[in-house]
Amino acid sequence: MKRLLVALPLLIVLVIGGFLLWGLNPERDPNEIPSVLISQPAPEFDLPPLEGIDVPGLARSDLMETGEPVVINVFASWCVPCRAEHAELTRMVREDGVRLMGINYKDKPKDALRWLNNLGNPYERVGTDLDGRAGIEWGISGVPETFIVDGSGTVLYRYVGPVVGDDAVRQFSTALAQARANAGAGS
Amino acid sequence: MTMRSLAAYLFVLLLAFPAHAVEPDEILDDPVLEARARDLSKQLRCVVCQNQDIDSSNAGVARDLRILVRERLVSGDTDEQVLDFVVARYGDYVLFRPPWKPTTYALWIAPFLVLAIGGVAVGAVLMRARSRSTPLGLSAQEEAEFADLKRHLEQER
Repeated sequence: MKRLLVALPLLIVLVIGGFLLWGLNPERDPNEIPSVLISQPAPEFDLPPLEGIDVPGLARSDLMETGEPVVINVFASWCVPCRAEHAELTRMVREDGVRLMGINYKDKPKDALRWLNNLGNPYERVGTDLDGRAGIEWGISGVPETFIVDGSGTVLYRYVGPVVGDDAVRQFSTALAQARANAGAGS
Repeated sequence: MTMRSLAAYLFVLLLAFPAHAVEPDEILDDPVLEARARDLSKQLRCVVCQNQDIDSSNAGVARDLRILVRERLVSGDTDEQVLDFVVARYGDYVLFRPPWKPTTYALWIAPFLVLAIGGVAVGAVLMRARSRSTPLGLSAQEEAEFADLKRHLEQER
């Protein structure tokens, strides 16, 4: 009993030290908010198309029977990282055959139109979320955010921030490849 | 500093009041609902600023959530329903007071556990200190010596 008591301070130090060590892990992002949407059906939303662009709007019903994983990207013309991400998304659509849907978050339709006309429109559908309500339904904390939704409308993956740079692209591509593999195995 | 300038200084300090993030156009006409909205807003974390509640945050998402909370209240939701609505979209993370459930047991119990361990340690140390010290009062031999001394003193007087 006495020996146990002597060891107690050491034990406490080890436990606290372990926590501190875990906190120092550079891989851990304390700002990361776990998404509650993962493995859940896509949230309820119905957005009108962007005036002046020849793609339809985006609603939950458009995601329910796609039959293959699709990527939902929340973007805005006022969002600077979105511009960098746009090039990456365009490449994914062109080279990897990604099906990309856009949610234009709290943007002026005029600005969004000019942005897409300047940079090109990689989106199959673009929903305009003027008041940000669809953004709240998706639980986003900012733009850009990107989701992978499977062929039957279940949210599989969420990426917060721009999918730009080797690490981000690798993480995202891995998640997408996995989603596609699962879809292939399932059908 | 003279008394007068000190008074002036204090007066200026009193003029400063906290800036509020809640904008006039958000405020509800019904003071009861508005009070409930303010109360709920203080329990919800702003998802971009994280250590701030949405009541005091100027972030766009915080404003949207404040308006959302008020809309839900106006449409007749109870406080609990409003919180559930937000939690369904952002998770328990947005609550400043985490719920009591298996994943948060450690969070809730740990402080009391640490306090208990500390209390037991302090108690043990005190108990040991007490049992080591000699009891108060004089032993039989000291008592006898004292009586002896006293008798001597009295005789000399």
